[in-house]
Amino acid sequence: MTQFTPYSAAAGGALIGMAAALLWVALGRIAGISGILGGLAGAPAGEHGWRLAFLAGLIGAPLLYATTLGAPEVLIAADPARLVLAGLLVGFGTRLGSGCTSGHGVCGIARLSPRSIAATGVFMATAAATVFVSRHLLGS
Amino acid sequence: MPRILAALAAGLLFGLGLIVSGMVNPEKVLGFLDVAGDWDPSLAFVMAAAIPVAALGFRLGGRMKAPICGIAFTPPARRQVDARLLGGAALFGIGWGLAGFCPGPALASLGFGDWQVLVFVVAMLGGMGLYHLTVGAGRGGASGTGQAVARPG
Repeated sequence: MTQFTPYSAAAGGALIGMAAALLWVALGRIAGISGILGGLAGAPAGEHGWRLAFLAGLIGAPLLYATTLGAPEVLIAADPARLVLAGLLVGFGTRLGSGCTSGHGVCGIARLSPRSIAATGVFMATAAATVFVSRHLLGS
Repeated sequence: MPRILAALAAGLLFGLGLIVSGMVNPEKVLGFLDVAGDWDPSLAFVMAAAIPVAALGFRLGGRMKAPICGIAFTPPARRQVDARLLGGAALFGIGWGLAGFCPGPALASLGFGDWQVLVFVVAMLGGMGLYHLTVGAGRGGASGTGQAVARPG
């Protein structure tokens, strides 16, 4: 159970939107994390640098934050087997479906892409259904 | 070099946004997905703020001939809602609901040093590799069109 935090959620969301806007205006690229990461494999020459730089920033931001302001709360309830299954599904599914919460959920909806609106509806629904089954039917 | 710096800045902003919004905490994400439990609507506020700001960027780009430090705008090539898209989104959602991690927050959380995050990220990379070895084998990356409409997910 977590507290509803509307102000910090909206402030953080605005930063995420700014990141997506910057990557589009400066590089003409969609800020989709699964695409940027998964696209590293098989990307043509000259396509690796910006991807690695973006990922370095994404991974580096928490390091900077943690060393100055302290680590935020990260509560991971899933056991290792569940984490492995979840990771496999997230990795495979985001590549098959060409996007995740950032590429479809933020950038795609902002571009009013019918594909992204459909994908976001589907992954929100299966995610909520999975949580319902695991928390309320199986009690784990 | 400007490309690298702009991408690094975008990554830092993105990571900072995930931390400030609390989305690096999978328990908070699961609190949003748990609509039948003690619902935490925070994730909806993250998206509601991110989408219009990103949309401004896309509109601004629409008035430019080329990106500031790039050659051309590169929107996704695929246009059709097909079985691959929906099947992939469905599988991703199940994985997301199992642990509360999607790719962005998982990578950002690596920086906090929890071993569980590393387990998830390694498995996620494995899932991506599995895709490239199976369904994605022989595909030309993002240049594909709607040719695989009938292919089951």
